[in-house]
Parts: sequence; structure tokens; C-alpha cells
Amino acid sequence: MKLSTKLLSATAICAAGSAGAVDLEVMHWWTSGGEAAAVTKFADAWTATGNTWVDGAIAGGGDTARPIMVSRIIGGDPPAAFQFNHGRQAEELIEAGLILDITDVAEAEGWADIVSPTSLMDSCTYDGRVFCVPVNIHSWQWMWLSNAAYETAGVPVPTNWAEFMETAPAIREAGIVPLAMGGQPWQQNGAFGVMALALAGEEAWRAVNVDKNSEIVMGPEYTAVFEAFGEARELSNGLSVQDWNQATAAVIEDTAAAQIMGDWAQGEFALAGEVAGTDYSCLPGLGDVALLDTGGDAFFFPVIDDPEVQAAQKELAALLLSPEVQVAFNSAKGSLPVRPDVDLTTVNECTQKGLDLLAAGATVPAGTQLLSPDTTTQANDLITEFWSTPAMTPAEAQERYAAIIADAD
Amino acid sequence: MADVGILAATKAAQHPIHTLLDGPRGAKPKKKLSRGNIIVYGTLFVFAMYYALPLYVMIVTSLKGMPEVRMGNIFAPPLEVTFQPWVKAWSEACTGINCDGLSRGFWNSVTILIPSVILSVAIASVNGYALSMWKFRGSEVFFTILMIGAFIPYQIMLYPIVILLREAGLYGSLTGLVLVHVAFGMPINTLLFRNYFSSIPEELFKAARVDGAGFWAIFFKIIMPMSLPIFVVALIIQVTGIWNDFLFGVTYISSPDAYPMTVQLNNIVNSVQGVKEYNVNMAATLLTGLVPLAIYFASGKLFVRGIAAGAVKG
Amino acid sequence: MTITQTRPGEGQGGAVRRPSRLFRNMSAKVAMLPLIFTAVVIFLGGTLWTVLYSFTGSGLLPRLEWVGLEQYERLWGTRKWIVSIQNLALFGFFSLIGTLVIGFILAALLDRKIRGEAVFRSIFLYPFALSFIVTGLVWQWILNPEFGLQSVVRELGWSTFTFDPLNNPSIVMYGLLIAGLWQGTGLIMCIMLAGLRGIDEDIWKAARVDGIGTVKTYVRIIIPMMRPVFVTALVLIAAGIVKLYDLVVAQTSGGPGISSEVPAKYVMNTMFGGQNLGQGFAASTMMLVMVVIILIPWAYLEFGGKKNG
Repeated sequence: MKLSTKLLSATAICAAGSAGAVDLEVMHWWTSGGEAAAVTKFADAWTATGNTWVDGAIAGGGDTARPIMVSRIIGGDPPAAFQFNHGRQAEELIEAGLILDITDVAEAEGWADIVSPTSLMDSCTYDGRVFCVPVNIHSWQWMWLSNAAYETAGVPVPTNWAEFMETAPAIREAGIVPLAMGGQPWQQNGAFGVMALALAGEEAWRAVNVDKNSEIVMGPEYTAVFEAFGEARELSNGLSVQDWNQATAAVIEDTAAAQIMGDWAQGEFALAGEVAGTDYSCLPGLGDVALLDTGGDAFFFPVIDDPEVQAAQKELAALLLSPEVQVAFNSAKGSLPVRPDVDLTTVNECTQKGLDLLAAGATVPAGTQLLSPDTTTQANDLITEFWSTPAMTPAEAQERYAAIIADAD
Repeated sequence: MADVGILAATKAAQHPIHTLLDGPRGAKPKKKLSRGNIIVYGTLFVFAMYYALPLYVMIVTSLKGMPEVRMGNIFAPPLEVTFQPWVKAWSEACTGINCDGLSRGFWNSVTILIPSVILSVAIASVNGYALSMWKFRGSEVFFTILMIGAFIPYQIMLYPIVILLREAGLYGSLTGLVLVHVAFGMPINTLLFRNYFSSIPEELFKAARVDGAGFWAIFFKIIMPMSLPIFVVALIIQVTGIWNDFLFGVTYISSPDAYPMTVQLNNIVNSVQGVKEYNVNMAATLLTGLVPLAIYFASGKLFVRGIAAGAVKG
Repeated sequence: MTITQTRPGEGQGGAVRRPSRLFRNMSAKVAMLPLIFTAVVIFLGGTLWTVLYSFTGSGLLPRLEWVGLEQYERLWGTRKWIVSIQNLALFGFFSLIGTLVIGFILAALLDRKIRGEAVFRSIFLYPFALSFIVTGLVWQWILNPEFGLQSVVRELGWSTFTFDPLNNPSIVMYGLLIAGLWQGTGLIMCIMLAGLRGIDEDIWKAARVDGIGTVKTYVRIIIPMMRPVFVTALVLIAAGIVKLYDLVVAQTSGGPGISSEVPAKYVMNTMFGGQNLGQGFAASTMMLVMVVIILIPWAYLEFGGKKNG
């Protein structure tokens, strides 16, 4: 491995001047089975162009990897490309002129026309210039239900939130936990976000998340959301797990009836050999407001003072969005491609629902695109405190949430 | 009674040179199976249970297959012993696109460990020696500042150190990383040596000075040989700290090919999505811990040697 | 001069002023250069840098964009920070006492010329070698009510036994304490043991001759003689408490809710999760202020009064 890398870089030196092979170090936090398989698709495609992919994988998610990436950039020895969630996380790096402007690639490849929804490109655009490549779409707006659990309880599988609440007592009686929820703040806050969009409606949700209107938080739509969230809190009693996939596992094993979690949960159902429609059901937007938020991952390319590397960075940027790579990558990762003009290899019932919604343009921007990480952290803290403190009333949480939104930048 | 105690202490302090470190410590052993002995061994066994229980769980889990791990009882011995998790942790587990397990970073870790440990123990011991026996005006001020450093969470210093290393032209190099390890190990280890050395009877030092021995001669010929136990403690602290370091290794080394083994450990254990392979996680942790553990076992001999060396001196 | 009456660790300040010593001390000064550099450039420099940027609105990157005391006002208005401080105080108090007491008892027992000392020592010390990334998980399992300790005790017949610290906000810090003591006491035991090995055999002989009991000898004679060792242990434990982070992340992630949050985790979360360096620096500055408040009196007692000797 090392030897071949060295040989390749030696070749690169010899071939300098012509379109030689270039080593590009790519940092990312995709390390689990499906994720790693997906990255391999990128790496293979890149290697096929005669260049070398130097893999810098750091597990533990953005909180572990981000300080390392930023250190590398401050230290003046950045990786050639790195993964961030698109949205507002990289704003400052772009402002500071540390990220390569790839507008020319975007224009040459016509990204503005092929990437859908357009909010993905908007998140990569700063002052009219393009600085990142969105590579996939992940959406939070899903509820996953165990068909067997509802069968055991003798009630029909709900098709919206109201039905879910009505059937909850029967589920409880059957000895099943109605709602699976992990202990990590981001899961609870994510579920809250889903419920807010589904129960308060798009207009109120946009007023809060886009316009940062704290009065709407105190209004009747959000009062209903907080009350529903308070009820949901009780429905999760009886299952104490930390990780989101442990909560998903409870739904798979039919010890819990439902989970509100992003589309990445589908990977767990697939791994367990469950079939969408027969073993589990899915409700985009909790069945009430069928909208998908379109978050996901993007690649950024730090400025490196070497024309050859810059050319290679741009070549990689174009490659990541090419149709074949998009299909291969997103099929492996379980996410949706950012260009609607390609077909995924395997599509189940739930993925098809997602694709239909995307095609219909029923999308909203993701939380990461709208709220700064600072605001998100504050909301995480509040929501998790509420979730695990039975004595805290929905009204109190609502008031403090309004204060966070009022302070949001 | 208290008077007698003080008397005893004073009496002993008057003849420190001849009696220092010259033999076994502690109360004389009583005859076997006395009440005292039962209490001593009983207490030790109870504590040993508390300390060993997690190790037992880890070993047992690392020898089970995943279906068995999921079945539940964490204390049950494996029905079917498998070494597959160990093999996987060492040579098959994936880090991103590279699937060669912990073995990938092992030698990198060794390369980082050896110079860092040697340099930091050497510098800290000399610091402690100078601070306890060769004080100069201001030495304590520097020492106090250093001690505050012991309380600073590493992560806070991440960026200032990046800037320092960048300015020194050492960012991304092994030298830079070694220096960071030396700096962050310095407060605790200097304190350790300083306090240990300051309990060495001063007559020894004075006698050597009369013989005309200088700073380094006294350190190498007198102080070092009689301080083996504290060197062992410093070694334990540094080996463990540097071997298990993840943050510095991954931040201050800029080539993924030179990352320490903890990066692979983190990647095996901390993958946030997909099924957690607890058995592989346990095996990986135990494998990573083997180097410090080997040092601990070896250090047992040095603890004993420390006494023997003292006895020869006496 | 005073050198004959004072111990080298405490009272050489006076002797230093002798001109003949000044020259010889050059070696010491040269030998201390790495320490001086580390103390001044890295720790003092890094600390001042941190304090400076705590008055800025730095986000993902350090930027000199002044916001005055805004970060501090927000910090002290944040519930998570207050909870963190309270948790640290609770954990710190019990951890300090527990580690010192258990560490010393274990060292004293091992020092009684027992059989299998090396085995026991290794058992007590090995937790220190293992990364918390996974040991936190093992403790999670052991403390898990469904398949851990609680279920085992119940199977043994005590069916009402309840022990579920990690899911109960009011006692979760004790769940952390169990793992914290497990990991930390081994090293302290080693330091204590090294200290005990430095104690003169004659002291024991004298004590026995005087008919002083074993326990009393430890309490009245040995422990006072081991003061420097205890100071080392104390600083080591205290530093570990202030920096408490990995254990919490591995075992509870600060939960349930925010009930096991600690200051170092608050700093990390705001700096790297929230991308708000200014807020993180303000929190770390407050941590440093607390440390200095504790350390300055100690430093004064340790060196201060003797300067004019």
C-alpha cells in the first residue's frame, strides 16, 4: 500500500508538466460499513483517472473530525478535500479565503441546471461563487413503524401523527414501547424538528427556522408542537438506549413501535433483512405534511498553492457529481442522488416515496442550512433537557426555545 | 503516644544515609493465616474483583461471536470461543477505504512513543532535580506557571499550538508531535520528580558536593540510581498517555499514513452508523492496551530493582 | 548558612544567593531551559491567547472581533454551564477523597510484603492503560439494569434490588464516579507505593520498638512523612477532575438530558460542535480562573513564605 503510494508519487514527479497523477488526501468521517463502501466508490473512480486517493478517515462524526480539519487548515497543511455538512458550517472558512473557488467547474459542468433541489447549490454558493460540491441528500422527515408491533397490539398501522397517538395506548397495553428514542441530544432535537414541520405546518416552520421569528414560536402552532412533543416524551418511557441505531433496532425487533429518524435508518432495516411495506412502514413528514428537508454532505477543497493540485481538486469536484459516480455512491450509502437525471440501482417502496417527493419539489432546506451550529447546539441542549426532565413543562421549553430563536443569527 | 511517634521519626531522620532504601518496607509479615493477614488478603481480593470485572467482561465479549453478544448476558462465558474478533481488530477492520485493522498504525505509534517518552522522562527528571536541589531565583515562578498547565484541558490548546508549530515550521512533522507530547507531559512529571527528590535526605547531596561532584555528576551517579520507583511511575504515565493519545497524533501529524494506532481504534469503535461489533471493539481495545500493559508488568521488576539498588548504596 | 538546617526541597532559596553558587547554578539554569520555554511560551502564551480570544466573537476560526464581556454573560446565563459546575464539584469532592483513600490503602496493603504483589499491582493498574473509548461502554453494560449488575443480583434472589445510575439524572454522577475511581486509583496507588518504598525501614523498627500499632504508625508517622507524595497525588487527581471529559463522553454523553455535563465537555461542545470558539474560550478561561484560585494559595504555602529566609 505504502510502497505503491510512493511509487505513484514518484511517477507524479517524473510526469510533472504533463497531466500527471496527483495524490489527493481526502478527509471524511464515513467509516461504518455502508459509508466506507460508498467512499470506496469515490476512491475507485478517482483512481481510475490515474490519480491517487489518500484516505484520511476520522470516525466519530463532525465533532471529532472538524477540529482536526480546521487545525490542518490553520496549520497551513490542509488535506486536498474534506467533507462537511453543507450549509452554514463552512461559512467562515470561505470568508477567510481558505477554500478554493470552484465556480468555473460548476459553470462548465452546468451544476445549476442538474443539481436539484436548488437549495443544495445555494448552500454551496457564497457571494455568487461556488465553493463546494453537494454529493447526496439525506432527509430527517421520516417516521419508521414496525408492522408486527401494530399487528400484535391489534390496531392498524397509523398513517399520520393523530393516528399514532390514538393507537399508542393499545401499543402500551401490548407491552410495546410506542416511540423509540435514543439518549443523544441530536436525535431528540431532530425528532422535534420533524414534528415542528409536520404539526405546525410549513409556513410557521419557515417563519421560525428561516426568518428566526420568535413570536411564532410562542404562537398557537408551536404550542401544539410542544404539547405533542411532551406527549411523545411519555411514549418513549421504558426504553433506555443511547445510539440511534439501538433505537432503530428496537423497532426492527418489534419491541418498539415507531421511531422518528432520518432516512439513514433505512440502512439498518435493510441490514436486518426487513422489507419496506411488509415488515416496516414509513411516513414521510409523519404523514401530515409530506415535505422532505434536504440536508446531506458536501465536499470542500482548501486552497493549496500548487497549480497541479488545484487542477486535480477541480477534476475531483467534477468527478463527484458525474452520473455514474452519483449512482454508485448513493446506492452504497442509502442516500438520494443530488441529480434527478440518474436512476438508483435498487429502489424500495420508501426510497421511491422520497424520490417522488423530490421530483415533485416538495422540499424544504435542512436545519444545518438554516441555523448556525451554535444555535443548533443550544437547541440540542434545551430539547434534551426537556426530554429527560419530566418536571419541565412544554410551556417552559417553549419559552426558552423562543429565546434561542430570538438570539439566533 | 504521639510523642513516641515523633521521636521515632526524628530518630530515623538522623541516620538517613545508612538506612535509605535498604530493604523491604512495611510492617513485618505476621504468621500465616493470622487475623491481620486475612484482612489484608480479603481486602485486596475484594478490590481486585472490582478492578478485574470490566476486564473479564471485555475478554469474554471479545471471544464471542456477534449473535452470542446480542443474546445478552454480558457475564456469561462464551459458548463457542472464537478468535475472529481479534483477527478482525488487528488486520481486517476498515478505516475508511483501508481495511487492515490496527496493524496499520502500530509502528507509527511505536515511532511516536519511543522518542516522546525518552525525551519527556529525561527532561522532567532533570527539571525535578534542578527544582528540588538547585533552586534559583524565579525557578518556582516558572514551576507554578507550569503547574497551571497541568489543569488545562488539551483541546483548549489545540489551535494556539497549531499556530506555534506553524511559526516554528514544525507543523505536520514527527518532531513537532514529539515536542507537544514532551510539553504536555512536563507539568505532572516534573512535579512527580521534584516531590520525590525533595524527600531524598539532603546529607547525601551535601556529601557529594563536598566531594566536588557537580550538577550532572550528582544526578547521574547518586540521584538516578536511587530513584528507580519514581522513574517507573513517570514511565507508566508517559507510555500510557502517549500511546493512548488520539487528538495530538491526528491533529499534528498531517499524513494519514503516519497516524498512530489510536486513529484506527477510534475508527473501529466510533463508527456512528451501522451495526456495532462489540466483540471487535473489545478486542481492539485490549490489543491497543497491550503495550502499556506489557510495560506495567515489566515495571514490576523495576520496582523491586529500585529497592535493590538502594540496598547496594546503603 | 541555613542549608544545614533546611531540607533541600524547601529552603535553598537563601543559599542560592551565595556568589559561588551562582556560577554552579548555571548548569541548573541551562537544564531548566525546556521547562522555562514550555511554561512561558506554551502554557502562559497559550493561556493568554485563550483569554484574549474569549473577548471576541470567534466562531469556527479565531478572529479578533471584539465583543467585550458578551461571551461571559451568555456563559453564566446558560443552564448547562451551571449544571456542569455543580456536577464537577460533586464528582470532584468524592473522586478526590475516594482516589486518595483507596489509592493509599491499596498501596499500604501491597507494601506489607504480601505474596503476588506484582499480580495485584497489575490488576489495580491495568484500567489506566485502556482507552476510555471502550471502557466507558463496558461500564455502561455493567451498570445497565437489564443485563448488568442489577439483573445478576435479582437472579440471586434479591428481586427488588434496584441499581440503575446511568438512567437516573439524580445519581448519574455516582455512576461516573464508579468508573472514574476504577480508572484512576491504580496510578495513585503506584505513586503512593513508590513513596512508601522511599520510607526508611528504621521508622518501622522504631515504631515497633515503641509499641505503636500498624494503623497508628501509618496515620501518625508515615502519612506526614509522605507529604510531597500526597501533594503529587493531589495535583494529579485534581488535574484529572478538571479535565474530566472522555469518561463522560464514553459513558453517558452528558445524559440523561444534561444531567452529567461537565465544564470540559461544555468547552468542547461549544468550540467544535457549536463552532463558537469565543464561548468555548470564555468557559475555559473560567475553568482556568478556578484552577488559579486553588493553585495560588498552594504555591504561596509551598514557596512564598520562605523566599526571605
